[in-house]
Amino acid sequence: MSAVTESISIFEQWWLQIEPAVQANTLNFWQFLYKEIYLNVIKDDRWLQYLKGLGVTLEVSFYAILVGLVLGTLLAILRLPQVQNMTANGKSFLSGLGVWVVRGLSKLAGLYINIMRGTPLLLQVLIINFGIFGSISIDKVIVGVIACGLNSAAYVAEIVRGGIMSVEKGQTEAGRSLGLSGVRTMIYIILPQAAKSALPAMCNEFISLIKETSILSYIALTELTKAGDYIRSRTFSAFTPYIVSGLLYLLVVLTLTWLIGKLERRLRNSDH
Amino acid sequence: MTTDNIIISVKGLEKHFDEGKLKALRGVDADIRRGEVVVVIGPSGSGKSTFLRCLNLLETPTKGTVTVENVNITDPKVNINKHREKMGMVFQHFNLFPHMTILKNMTLAPMKLLKKSKQEAEEKAMNLLKRVGLADRANAYPSQLSGGQKQRIAIVRALCMEPQVMLFDEPTSALDPEMVGEVLDVMKQLAMEGMTMVVVTHEMGFAREVADRVIFMDEGKIVEEGTPDQIFSSPQQQRTKDFLNKVL
Repeated sequence: MSAVTESISIFEQWWLQIEPAVQANTLNFWQFLYKEIYLNVIKDDRWLQYLKGLGVTLEVSFYAILVGLVLGTLLAILRLPQVQNMTANGKSFLSGLGVWVVRGLSKLAGLYINIMRGTPLLLQVLIINFGIFGSISIDKVIVGVIACGLNSAAYVAEIVRGGIMSVEKGQTEAGRSLGLSGVRTMIYIILPQAAKSALPAMCNEFISLIKETSILSYIALTELTKAGDYIRSRTFSAFTPYIVSGLLYLLVVLTLTWLIGKLERRLRNSDH
Repeated sequence: MTTDNIIISVKGLEKHFDEGKLKALRGVDADIRRGEVVVVIGPSGSGKSTFLRCLNLLETPTKGTVTVENVNITDPKVNINKHREKMGMVFQHFNLFPHMTILKNMTLAPMKLLKKSKQEAEEKAMNLLKRVGLADRANAYPSQLSGGQKQRIAIVRALCMEPQVMLFDEPTSALDPEMVGEVLDVMKQLAMEGMTMVVVTHEMGFAREVADRVIFMDEGKIVEEGTPDQIFSSPQQQRTKDFLNKVL
């Protein structure tokens, strides 16, 4: 901490040095640049606000990705041709009912995906915030996780479905011919291979989601975009706060891309 | 022979695709006896692969019954997974699981289904790998193997489940010619040990040498069946003669 306070006091001294020039409006380019950084990042510990905003963005993104992955995978399985065209196993009432329920869920899953992909995320956020949670006091982070997670699930569903369908039919046949049930074949044989082929598209989706959480500033969640916006309202710098926020988004996305790239290489190594 | 010796009994089997536009099987009756090696031959599109795939219900028959060990497996109430455990299958394109090592390929089903311990399953797998001369590849991935090696692994993977019957769907059709022999050798060895086998193949040499019975199929029906000698040396049906003239 002392290193931080020390460097801040250096920043303060630099500020005192250029303050006369600020008053006289005779700043050169470097002085101007420093003024912007000082006002928008250092003064009043504003950098802390960006970091808090970044923390909220990461928190919302992380849980929304989880919700999207779990719900999206379930939706994807419901949308598979073999589930959509499932037929009753025998003539008993129960299995008939089961098939009827599954087929109904499959139709609903299709409807859900179309609606979530066919309407703007902002609109969904507003409906969830003001419509569904309008009369309840609830943490905006939770609203954000629900809204972004439900939206992402629709895209994840299509990515996972594509991944599953890219696995050769022979893999299912080999699993089933050994006596593995449909569910076990899916879990041990199909999904691991589907995950691998879906990874690049999934990486895209995660990146989109992280950036789209910026829409949550619309419902006054102080995430990274809102943090920058708030600082702009105090300093009246039109560029710098947004650029600082933007650089932080970029940092997160590049880190994620690097991590997923590493994972992809490792998966490739495991089966040459 | 008594009916006790019949392990698979097929009656009036029909399979239609595309809502009846394509009739792959048009009424097939056949019995497979314990310890018997039955080779099914016939031109492409004759329905021989569909016939084989109906035996473990990878294809659901449109009509007719398949009875395995006196249980009609086409009855929807039957737990087909239990029956498939006892019927190993080898495919034209091997269908090894590419994300698992050879050993994992072989131990997955025994551990999940026969509740074998990891050690037990691996021991059995290693013994089988030794028999086909691939023990040193236990920790390799399928993509590191040649086609012939893959198919030998596919055979022993099925054997890990200790099946009563082995079904082979054109096991050498996707192999380079120089690798056909090593796979056929494993199959011959298996036949000599008394395994019940149903083999769909174009390898007439194998049929002649190993089969107890040869079935010739065309246009979704069994045209003629008999010992290899009867079929290859004195076929009765004109269509059998025409086919054999082309392939021999």
